[in-house]
Formats: sequence, structure tokens, C-alpha cells
Amino acid sequence: MEALMSIEDLKKYYPVLSGVFKKKVAEVKAVDKVSFDIYKGECFGVVGESGCGKTTLGKTIIRLLNPDGGHVFYKTPRELVEGIKYLKREDPKSRALKHLLKKYDLAYLTGARLKRFRRFMQIVYQDPTTSLDPRMLLKDIVAEPLVAQGLARGSQVIERVTGALEKVGLSEKHLYRYPHEFSGGQRQRIAVARAIVSNPEFIVLDEPTSSVDVSVRAQLLNLFQDLQKDLGLTYMFISHDLSVVECISNRVAVMYLGKVVERAETEGLYKNPLHPYTQALFASIPVPDPTRRRIRAPLSGEVPSPVNPPSGCRFHPRCPIAMELCRREEPPLLDVGREHYVACFAVTK
Amino acid sequence: MEKQGSEENLIQIKDLYLNFYTYDGVVKALDGVTLNLKKGEILGVVGETGCGKSVTSLSTLSIVVPPGRIEKGEIEFNIKGKTYDLLSFKDATMRRVRGQYISMIFQEPRSALNPVYTVGDQIAEVFFHHRREEIINAAIAQLKKDLEKSSRLKSWIRKYELSLYGKMLKNPKALSLTLALKIPIVKRFQNRMKKEARELVIEMLKLLNIPDPARVVDMYPHELSGGMAQRAVIAMALSCNPLMLIADEPTTNLDVTVQAQILLLIKELQKKFGSSILYVTHDLGVVAEICDTVAVMYAGNVVETADVIGLFKKPLHPYTQALLESIPRPGERFVSISGTVPSLISPPTGCRFNDRCRYTLEMCPNVKPQLVEAEKDHFVACHLYNEGK
Repeated sequence: MEALMSIEDLKKYYPVLSGVFKKKVAEVKAVDKVSFDIYKGECFGVVGESGCGKTTLGKTIIRLLNPDGGHVFYKTPRELVEGIKYLKREDPKSRALKHLLKKYDLAYLTGARLKRFRRFMQIVYQDPTTSLDPRMLLKDIVAEPLVAQGLARGSQVIERVTGALEKVGLSEKHLYRYPHEFSGGQRQRIAVARAIVSNPEFIVLDEPTSSVDVSVRAQLLNLFQDLQKDLGLTYMFISHDLSVVECISNRVAVMYLGKVVERAETEGLYKNPLHPYTQALFASIPVPDPTRRRIRAPLSGEVPSPVNPPSGCRFHPRCPIAMELCRREEPPLLDVGREHYVACFAVTK
Repeated sequence: MEKQGSEENLIQIKDLYLNFYTYDGVVKALDGVTLNLKKGEILGVVGETGCGKSVTSLSTLSIVVPPGRIEKGEIEFNIKGKTYDLLSFKDATMRRVRGQYISMIFQEPRSALNPVYTVGDQIAEVFFHHRREEIINAAIAQLKKDLEKSSRLKSWIRKYELSLYGKMLKNPKALSLTLALKIPIVKRFQNRMKKEARELVIEMLKLLNIPDPARVVDMYPHELSGGMAQRAVIAMALSCNPLMLIADEPTTNLDVTVQAQILLLIKELQKKFGSSILYVTHDLGVVAEICDTVAVMYAGNVVETADVIGLFKKPLHPYTQALLESIPRPGERFVSISGTVPSLISPPTGCRFNDRCRYTLEMCPNVKPQLVEAEKDHFVACHLYNEGK
């Protein structure tokens, strides 16, 4: 499998400022040393509760936010990534390393070089009513990536806009309308059209279906799958809706308080969740089948504040099988076979 | 408006019509809604955004705000064997019904709580309103106890306080009481009452599995997490042990693990208090998990009501069928309902689902289907099941 994006030890910390001089008093570790690959042509799902850092992760990967550490390699051969890691370990100040990072690492790109990369990476936000400018016509909204990147000019712009609109199931007659004239599902289609108009390779879908109704949700999900097939897209699908992720993703990562606690292929993860948090998460989903009622709350308490996350394993205060070791040390994300990675001492031991 | 009603129904909404008068036109939000909530059951109302499920619950409490207006219909409420029409009640009467007999949990706990009062104060308000006498009696009992062992000067003050409380019970509008409440130091006598209410609040919070209730009472809503705030709202709703509880999407903005906790809590409390619950939601999973009967709404109509197992096993209305099919299943393509929810300013004539339905008959755009009993206790409003009637 060829990796499209290789994420290594990515960090994003938000400072907590306080006092007259706005001194940094603490940090919110929204994304803390997260590593994974996203393969070309797959849909990579990220699930977790609110505040676990999944949206921050998505935004940091495509450099809408600047990471505070780590690397994001885009279309870089595996050997080169390993080489860079080796160099970093052995000779962190070498000029060769600097040169390589500037060339391949999205986290180090700036200015015009970064802008050139942006056309390959797009994002679809959760709520289309706020992600679309209410004072812009549909044709201008969708054309914006083209204009900003200088990808098309004059009549070409409208041509490509219409092309993108047709791909998402809208038509030419919608061109001169404002976002408020559309329904929620259609608005999300406009946001998708804007994302695909610059022919990207990688799209971050940040809870794209959570603001629409069930009947429209299915339409959108089908659209995503069709577009993926037709345009050869790679998705990162962020959601808290576990059943949707199960249906659309090839591989899934489960996040808890800025950390990936489990990562595996979808089928393996849903059939055999290993981390106690994943198990509890799956057990909490209400099943739409009244004959299989099993109402229970597997987890007590709520997600702790990420400002002062618990020591050791971040899940240990809520974990039913926490050990003494969990309080002291942070479990590493280890392979337990068949591409299944878990960060839990109880499982990996 | 007293009538002798049937025993088992707690509330009966009959043919309710409700319009919103907006600048764009008249939104026909409810178009003859008929619902039936039996005693001690959980009725789930499911539907998509804008189908009128929230408005139905608001009209039971008569808190529909303009431009909304109830056009016609009846909401019959059964209290102690007698049936009252809630829509004919005056505001003052209705105010006594709310909270005491019917109460509501709103969707967004943070906007349901007032940010400038502590949680304890807000819950105590319900007690002051509906269980005033109980609190005053408790305060008087406490006063009498204190009176026995206090010195002469203090006993004079306590006797005065006692007389004020006595007046509060007998004649809350007495002039001396009104005056006493205006004088800065004298009005502190109420503190005793507040203390009693605070005890009740802590007890209530304990019931809801809130850790460290004595600390939570003095917290402001912004200090609470989402799940905690929702528990506080539930505490407020249950504080008078209402006959009927309306839960308007109480878990929509919460995480799944917290949602599981809240659902469990609602179910447990329902068993303990024996209230009936009208549970409004759009999540079919939640419905399957906690409801006894289900009413499916579409564009201001109830299209199907049945017990939960019957509905999930054999949905009759094409909309319900489509809704159940749209639950994602791994390995299959997502099944969607074609078209979008119609605008309720100019809804489709006849059956409001006819333009999205897969079995549209000739009569569907012309005649509005009525709820008929297609199977035992399984009502459906569709012409497919109406033949020969």
C-alpha cells in the first residue's frame, strides 16, 4: 500500500494565557504525538468524543493550523521517511535534513510552496450554513479555490464550476443563487463541490453529515463514495457517529484526549475492539433494534479536561481494568497483529 | 372543562393544528396531530428536522411563542380521574400545571440554565414555586426547635420570624409581610427557607448520581460539563415529581458515553417516580433503546404509531420503512429517501409524503389519509392500508 500522507509524532498544543501580560500558564494538548499513514485511495476514519482533538488533527494535517512538532509527509516514499527519521535521530542539525524537510514535510513548508500544496488538500466542514459565505453567489463560492490558486481564468472558471456542481448533483441553473436558497443537504453538496473543484487528492471530511437529517445523510454518504471512486480521492473521515464510520471507512483510528488509543482495519476493529475505551464506546451506541435492548452505561464520569490530562494512560481514571502501571506510564501504540494497533498495557502485555 | 375520561390515558392530543405566521407565508407546522400517552409509558416521537415534533411538545405546555399559534384541537389531560382540556386553561392555571404536573427537559442544557444564577438557586426556584408550604413548614419546625434553646433577645427575633412565616402560610399578600420583605435586614429571615430548599436540592442532585452534590449546588452552569448540566436540568424537571415529563432531544448534544448514562438515568427515574415520558428525538437507536411506543411524524402529521417492537419489526408506512432502511449497515450501499422535506408554507396536497413515496397511488395527492388501525395497536396514516374502509 502506498502512503499518501505519513503523519509522524504530530503535536498541536494550544497555550492557556492568563494574567496581565498574557503569560502562558498551561497547555491544552489537543493532539499529542499522533502517528499514522493514510494510504492512497482509502477512507481513513477518525472517531472519538467531543474534545478529543479529532478536528484539530484534521486541520493540522492539511496545515490549516501550524503544528507544534512532528511531521506531515505528503506523497513521500517510505524509504525517504525512514531516512529522514534516521537523520533526525543521528544528526538533527545537518543541512541535508533541513533540505529534505523543507522539500517534503508539510509542517515545514511556507509561503508560495505551501500554497501550491493547498490545492491537493481540501476540507469539508461540519456545518454548511457557517462554512459558506451568505453574501456570495454559488458560482463565486465554488470558484474561489480556482481563483485563489490561479488554476483557471475567464470562461474556464464557470466551466469547471459547472463541472464540479454536476458531479455533486447540482446543475447550472443553481449558479446564480445564494446559500440560503438551498436546503441543508444541498448546502453540504455545495461545500463538497468547492472542495473538489481544484482536483484535490486528499479531502478531510470533518463531521460532514452531523448537521443533516437521516434521509439526507444517506444521500451525502453515497455521494462521497461515488466521488471517491470517480475521482480517486483519499478521505480522512472525522465523525462521532460510529455506525457511519463503520460503513464508509477502510481503517479507523479511535482518539481519546489527543491520543490515538486504537487503530485498525474497520472490520477488525468493530468485530474485536481491544482497548477498554473502544469497547465502552461501542457498547454505548444505542442499537436500533428493540429486541436487543441492553441499556447500560459502561463508562462513568466524563472526558477529563485536556489542560491537565491524567498522568500515565489518559484513560485510567475511567478505565475498568486500570492497573498500577497505567497510572505511572503512558502505554505505547503497539501492533498486536493484522495491522491492529492498541495503546493499552492490559492488551499488549 | 371537566369530563370523566378513560383511566389509562394521561394525555391525549386530538387533531391539533398549529401555524406560524411568518413574513414568507403561513407555515402549517402541525396538521392534525393526534397522540396518546398512556400512564407510566415512554412514548417516543421520531421525525426529521421541521416535522413538528418539538412544537407538539411545546403546545402541551402552552409555551408556543408568537408567531406560532394553535389554531384548533384539544389536549386532554387526566389528573386524578378527571379530564381537563389544557388549551382552555388560563395562563395562571397553566403556570401551576407546568413543573408540577408536566415538566420539560430541553435539548441544550446550557441555554436552558440561567448563566448568572447558581444551579442550586435555579432548582430551588421550582421548590419555592410549587412546594412552598412544605418548605415553610419545615422552616417553622426548625425555628421552634431553635426557640427552645435561645436567649431572651434572640427569642424575641425568632418569635417575630415565626409570625412572619405564619403569615406567609395564611396570607402571602399581607401588608406587614410585603413591608418586611422590603426592609434590608429584616428580609434576611427568608434565609431559613432558602436553607431548607437547599437541602431538598442536594437530595435531588444525589438522586441523579451527581458526585459531590453539596459542591455542585453552588456552581454556576458554565462550571459544569455538558452531561452534568443536563443532569441539573433533569433534576429541575423532576423536582416536583410530575405526572408527565417531556424530554425534547435531551441527549442530542452529548457524547455517546454520556448519552448512555443519561438514558439509563431517565429509565431508572421513570421506574422510581412512575412518570410518563414523551421522548422527542430523531435518533432511531435511542427510540429502540428506551421507548415503549413510538409515533413517527412527517411534515406536521403523525404517520404511524405502534409499540416499539412492532414498529421496528414491521413498519407499515412507506416513510417509516425508508427511515429504518436509511440506518447505515456495513457492506451495503446507503439507502436514501429521494427528494427533500417539503416546505410547510406550501406543503404537498393530500398525503404530505406523496412526492417522495415509492408507492404513490392515484388518490394520494388528493385525499389526506387518516390514522387507521391496520393491525392491533398499530395505527398508520396511509392509503395503502385504507382500502375498503
